[in-house]
Amino acid sequence: MTAHTSMGLDNRKMAFWAFIGSECLLFGSLISTYLVYKGKSIVGPYPPEILNIPFTSVSTFDLLMSSLMMVLALAAVQRGDMKWGKIWLFSTALLGLVFLGGQVIEFTDFVHKGLTIGTNLFGCTFFVLTGTHGAHVTVGVLWLLTLWVRALQGKLGPANAMTVEITGLYWHFVDVVWIVIFTVVYLIQ
Amino acid sequence: MSEARGLTSWLTTTDHKRIGLLYFWTALAFFLIGGIEALFIRVQLAQPNGQVVSAETYNQLFTMHGTTMIFLALMPLGASFFNYMVPLQIGARDVAFPRLNAFSYWVFLFGGLLLNASWFVGPLFHAGMLNVAPDGGWFGYANLTERQYSPGPNIDFWVLGLQILGISSLAAGFNFIVTILNMRAPGMKMMRLPAFTWMTLVTQFLIITAFPVITVGLAFLMFDRFFGTHFYVREAGATPILWQHLFWLFGHPEVYILILPAMGVVSDVLPTFSRKPLFGYPVVVYSGILIGLMSWGVWSHHMFAVGLGPIADSVFAATTMLIAVPTGVKIFNWIATLWGGDIRGTTALHFAVGFIAMFIIGGLSGVTHASPPADLQQTDTYYVVAHIHYVFFGGTIFGLFAGVYYWWPKMTGRLLDETLGKVHFWLQFIGMNLAFFPMHLIGLLGMPRRVYTYAPELGVGTLNLVSTIGAFLIALSILIFLVNLWRSRTHGQPAPNDPWGGATLEWSVSSPPPVYNFSVIPTVTNRLPRWSTERHGPMRDPPAVPPEPIHVPGGSWWPMVAALGLPVLALAPLTQTLWVAFVGAALLIAGVYAWAFQPFEV
Amino acid sequence: MSAEREGTERHAHPTVGVYLRVGAALVILTVLEVGVFYVPAFHVVLVPVLLVLSSAKFTLVVMFYMHLKDDNKVFTFLLGGPLVIAVGVMVALLFLFLGALTLRGAAGAG
Repeated sequence: MTAHTSMGLDNRKMAFWAFIGSECLLFGSLISTYLVYKGKSIVGPYPPEILNIPFTSVSTFDLLMSSLMMVLALAAVQRGDMKWGKIWLFSTALLGLVFLGGQVIEFTDFVHKGLTIGTNLFGCTFFVLTGTHGAHVTVGVLWLLTLWVRALQGKLGPANAMTVEITGLYWHFVDVVWIVIFTVVYLIQ
Repeated sequence: MSEARGLTSWLTTTDHKRIGLLYFWTALAFFLIGGIEALFIRVQLAQPNGQVVSAETYNQLFTMHGTTMIFLALMPLGASFFNYMVPLQIGARDVAFPRLNAFSYWVFLFGGLLLNASWFVGPLFHAGMLNVAPDGGWFGYANLTERQYSPGPNIDFWVLGLQILGISSLAAGFNFIVTILNMRAPGMKMMRLPAFTWMTLVTQFLIITAFPVITVGLAFLMFDRFFGTHFYVREAGATPILWQHLFWLFGHPEVYILILPAMGVVSDVLPTFSRKPLFGYPVVVYSGILIGLMSWGVWSHHMFAVGLGPIADSVFAATTMLIAVPTGVKIFNWIATLWGGDIRGTTALHFAVGFIAMFIIGGLSGVTHASPPADLQQTDTYYVVAHIHYVFFGGTIFGLFAGVYYWWPKMTGRLLDETLGKVHFWLQFIGMNLAFFPMHLIGLLGMPRRVYTYAPELGVGTLNLVSTIGAFLIALSILIFLVNLWRSRTHGQPAPNDPWGGATLEWSVSSPPPVYNFSVIPTVTNRLPRWSTERHGPMRDPPAVPPEPIHVPGGSWWPMVAALGLPVLALAPLTQTLWVAFVGAALLIAGVYAWAFQPFEV
Repeated sequence: MSAEREGTERHAHPTVGVYLRVGAALVILTVLEVGVFYVPAFHVVLVPVLLVLSSAKFTLVVMFYMHLKDDNKVFTFLLGGPLVIAVGVMVALLFLFLGALTLRGAAGAG
């Protein structure tokens, strides 16, 4: 886009890294709150009674794989292989949708078991933290599908590799946030 | 290349200079509103058992005064200058993301309007006018701000308004970090950046790190108020102290977000009017960075009264005293810049020197609350009000006025009147000391802040009257300033490129600068490009007529459309109407998509 | 700020092979995490082991998938600076809330 920049770096990419830095504080505050309120709920259900580790492990695996698809998409677009570029972009979005579907199933299940956002402090912190993450995944899926549609229309090519790279930065960041959430919320009970 | 005119050209503008002017006028309007709120407060407190406003109105007045001044006046006045000046100072044609810049402005405007609309929309909520404005203080302490204790829409306006304003600041933060790091002219190394640009950069880093924390704190409060969560509800096992931590984790960096741009202005103004390079430029830069870093480690000094325990209190007392060191270093740098200089006593210099003097007082009273035992005596008294006003009024406002008098000719092409300017300065200087110095005593004598009246037996009636007289002197000084601004349109002396003999790049172009800023992008070889020193001569200014045509990107409606989505989204919880949320989201999404696919090159 | 270079800088992206190997490592680490969770013998050291494993995953994604390993150091700074602040804030809040910084907390009562 920009012909000349003083550091020879893409403006959008730099802005995106700054955005990711900023997001660290957003998720940092949410996770801190979760930890500070851990074990402070005065009524159940409590985390060990309700968290489904096998199910969430599959979701985690799904999101990790979507990150792999994303880098494969980037590599394909960079080498001009738009056929595989489209396939990998779509698979990334699809795995993102599967993750979101998993979250919907999980949330519904929790509500049936009596845990809503207002039940106890675990409910408050859990739903707001994972919900914020889910909102980020939703934005990512919309973004990926937009790129995929652009690619189908033939409007996305190797010249737009930077756009795909930035999309990837966002997607991977959402993935690393999940890596932390999976450990802190699900595994360390 | 002629500049587009008319309303549409302003509504769709992506030119950083026009956005800077929009920020200026909007922030000035909010500054006046916040000032009028302050005058009501002072009239109410002018004598014991004041009857001018009710306790409820008073709560709204001091809440809106603080919120307006911090988020709608001081921050955006700083934004006005960094919008206008940073691209000029670094030798760029615009910011890195011109449309994002327009988005920041519109979000700021809509957020400010939403907050202030709360004064008038009482009837929509089955209440009178002047009844539903935020009334929980600018710090909005939970659990006072929970639905249980604040059932009306007052706090809703505050929460939603601040969420929207946060988005504006964050967007500007990313934009200016990239602009300053990546859009510098050839040869403009980091250690050649003007001090104002450096302080802006530090400020933006504080914004992008501190605002997410308040966003989370506000989101929790919003969920508590609208969706039945218990983040700050004691009965559910939660603690309202969490709000205090999240708020001050943001709040303390915010103090530096407000003061650093003013420090930057002063660091540019003093050298120009002493005809001496800034004394110890690298030290000023590094101490600015250090202040930014350390501002993350002092937040709990706002919470000594909570009783965090002796270890936490000691740690935060120590870090708080330490942060005074880099601040003190800067003060000595400024004084040393003046020392032995060829001083020209312009109004801008008056304000810059006034800044140093007043900020020293504010800084010293700040160090007094670094000590927990002393702080316990001062917490929630007028002593703290005196401190905050010496820092924000004596500091930030004086610094920003130095900027107004310094850069006004660059921004409008007309010089402000120096005589009126000096009258403005002296009235404001005397007025602020009359208004705020007695507050130290009023506080130490035991008058609590945020209480709408006091008994005659407290013995602070005379001091309060003096303070009120001071407030009206300030108001008079601001009126004179407004007259000066107005007069300059027709009577102001036309400004040449460089009315002051400045060292930095903004003075190398016409006043006001052409749309494209620089007809030829300058190549910078040293830190004082427009001065001759023993090592180098002055640079040649870019020619008045560009040697080849310059393409300037056109405007765009989409940033405003996207920005409009945010207040509409905020109306959904306020009015409890779901479909409004869909309209807001649709506006936002449509705006963002149209923006993303609009052909627009920088 | 070290990078004062002019002109466009080219950074090599990892090859598809590297991407796949990192993907495999991420899967193995996840399996280990879940495994550790289910093995009672590990419960004493569960928290440190899980923190190490998830930091390893975090680092792998950031270094290779987000290319920080070979990319300009400014990007590392833009992520690393705020990340350090975020972690610092988190640790400080935990100390403050768990009472470890009060004399009462030091005595163990919380």
